[in-house]
Amino acid sequence: MRVMAQMAMVMNLDKCIGCHTCSVTCKQAWTNRSGTEYIWFNNVETRPGLGYPRTYEDQEKWQGGWTLGKRGRLNLKAGGRFKKLLTIFSNPKLPSIGEYYEPWTYDYATLTDAPAQEHTPVARPKSLITGKNMKIEWSANWDDDLGGSTANAHRDPMLAKIAEKVKFEFEQTFMFYLPRICEHCLNPSCAASCPSGAIYKREEDGIVLVDQERCRGWRMCVSGCPYKKIYFNHRTGKAEKCTFCFPRIEVGLPTVCSETCVGRLRYIGLMLYDADKVLEAASTTDEHGLYEAQRDVFLDPFDPEVIRAAEQAGIARDWVDAAQRSPIYALINTFKVALPLHPEYRTMPMVWYIPPLSPVVEVVRETGEDAEDKGNLFAAIDALRIPVEYLAELFTAGDVVPVDAVLKKLAAMRSYMRDINMGRDPDGSIPAAVGMTEEEMYDMYRLLAIAKYDERYVIPPAHAEQAHALEELATECSVSEYGGGQQDLFGEGSGAPTPLAVENFQMLQARQTSDSLAGPENKSGRVNLLNWDGKGSPPGLFPDKSPDRSPDKSPDRGPDS
Amino acid sequence: MDEFLFVVVPYVCLTTFVVGHLWRYRYDKFGWTTRSSQLYENRLLRIGSPLFHFGMLGVVGGHVIGLLVPQSWTDAVGVSHETYHVVAVTGGLVAGVMAVAGMAILIYRRRTVGPVFSATTVMDKVMYAFLAAVIVLGMWNTVAGSILTIGGDYNYREGVSVWFRSFLAFQPDASLMSEAPLGFQLHALVAFGLFALWPFTRLVHVFSAPLGYLTRPYIVYRSRDDDQLGSHRPRRGWDRVG
Repeated sequence: MRVMAQMAMVMNLDKCIGCHTCSVTCKQAWTNRSGTEYIWFNNVETRPGLGYPRTYEDQEKWQGGWTLGKRGRLNLKAGGRFKKLLTIFSNPKLPSIGEYYEPWTYDYATLTDAPAQEHTPVARPKSLITGKNMKIEWSANWDDDLGGSTANAHRDPMLAKIAEKVKFEFEQTFMFYLPRICEHCLNPSCAASCPSGAIYKREEDGIVLVDQERCRGWRMCVSGCPYKKIYFNHRTGKAEKCTFCFPRIEVGLPTVCSETCVGRLRYIGLMLYDADKVLEAASTTDEHGLYEAQRDVFLDPFDPEVIRAAEQAGIARDWVDAAQRSPIYALINTFKVALPLHPEYRTMPMVWYIPPLSPVVEVVRETGEDAEDKGNLFAAIDALRIPVEYLAELFTAGDVVPVDAVLKKLAAMRSYMRDINMGRDPDGSIPAAVGMTEEEMYDMYRLLAIAKYDERYVIPPAHAEQAHALEELATECSVSEYGGGQQDLFGEGSGAPTPLAVENFQMLQARQTSDSLAGPENKSGRVNLLNWDGKGSPPGLFPDKSPDRSPDKSPDRGPDS
Repeated sequence: MDEFLFVVVPYVCLTTFVVGHLWRYRYDKFGWTTRSSQLYENRLLRIGSPLFHFGMLGVVGGHVIGLLVPQSWTDAVGVSHETYHVVAVTGGLVAGVMAVAGMAILIYRRRTVGPVFSATTVMDKVMYAFLAAVIVLGMWNTVAGSILTIGGDYNYREGVSVWFRSFLAFQPDASLMSEAPLGFQLHALVAFGLFALWPFTRLVHVFSAPLGYLTRPYIVYRSRDDDQLGSHRPRRGWDRVG
């Protein structure tokens, strides 16, 4: 047994309203540089739909992930080492910018520069690739909210598998949102595809990162990742990917996408797993067995033997504690309501999903029946094969049994909790029907419905004795230092890296976890700008001046900055 | 003059090549990349890039044999001058034609495809000029010198190759080069010019040919407190604990 810790995420799809806040804040934090215009470390897809990049799930076309060889050995689907090196001069499976979209900006200057004229001037779209005028024909979310419409649905690779049953009559349509980040897989095929060995999995927390100084831009990771969550920065010539916001995670803060999620549908926590069993589990012959196989790789953090082995592996005691309190462990192994996205790619993904019950609830509600009645919901789950089979294509390689079980648990939770909320006697037969006790059902309800910040995000900070090393590490992130592409002497990528103060994160965390809007002791020291007459500077308007440097003489500021 | 052209200039270029690479690797690992433009355009690249690169691998292999293996060695194993010549010219011609054709496609692509052209730097253009000149002069030497024998039969294995080995051994003999035909002289000079430019162009990607991929394990694990943490060593005065 080789115990390793993995930072993992679960998203509750029933709560996702498709607002794209996660995508936008992620983009602001990580990919608002030149060369990364089309890159969305986090994106939200409407399902059924094409996804981003378009039809990325069609592995017959893109050849991402792993496949089982003739003798049951795990091979990269796009070919092994020799084939990779032979095709290195022109990657045969790289999506073109057209499969994503051509990023653009608008010619805003025209709005103010245009001479007086009869017609109002317009800001024409300009391509950020060529700099020329362009016609906008597609973007990262062009089919947003068009789930199940006939225009796009037939091109969804997952629907194609169950196509003969799908007629897409109006009353049969269904739709939900699927937010996606990098899966930080236990068996990452991007890392395996990288000829330079630049993509690595961190031993401490399992976060998969690209070493920007070792990446040579061979692009094999882009085609190797079946989720297409590695992107090629066309200005720097390097691969970039979701970092699981490691500078935040290291100080115990959730990722930006989780922090800003309006629906509070994301959970972050540790999973302990047995690294020796990963390869065997990923090589499971039956695709339907992959979900269970991956669950078997996870270790029980309460098992004394596991705790001892974790200690021997150098995992600190507070990390084991965090693994015991992990909401991820509860959702995956205790309540068994979270499922992996596309286990059939055999990468052992670590961002799991609670499938949405809402497509089923919607249909029941539309028939005028009681959509929270256990009987109606159970019957509907059995009757509405199309949403269930579609979800199974996404989460269990097409096996409807686990999806069925999860949906019934969610349905049971609704009816059971309704009795309690209505002040009626709770009906113990409802949890029993899905194999749970009343207490378990209530715990699950608590975790899914009312879990607070520190219950949703159980993130042990990296150890304080590494603090200054972490400060250095935080500056390694691909944004702070790089971004100017060729212009390393000037512009946003120039100069020495700005040290990222851990204190800032801790202040932020204190604010995020406090009960009031702002800590009262700080509040008294603040200045209300609405009452300020603009004369002088009242105490508290500016932070205290440090003795060695006055803030208004910051160096290297040009007149236009 | 010969001393300057075939002793001083080559050593200056070689020094720039070696020191330039060390400097670039030390200070610009982030810029060390192929700078691929495949994302912008794939149709022409699919044909041009493999043609060019495989052609160049053949060309480089041919140069290694032609320049580094003395004629006496091949004589000793019983390969006659004529046999060697036929093999070398055939191989060289095939590889050369591939490289030229590939290069033509790639330069056409770079000029005509908008996004690719706008991603082309000044250094790229200079590098392309030198690279194209070296390749064209080399093809000229093969076709005009060895096949059509314009300007008389010249056995480079007794001239240029011996000079090159003397150059590598730091015992340069410039007279051997001054006797060579103009095509060979120019080819060598422009090639050294390219070597001097090399570390400052995208050509550095040649030295990151990922042969280690064949032997390393698929999944790479790295520890956070590795010796080299991230991109920077700790600053002075910030020793790591434990």
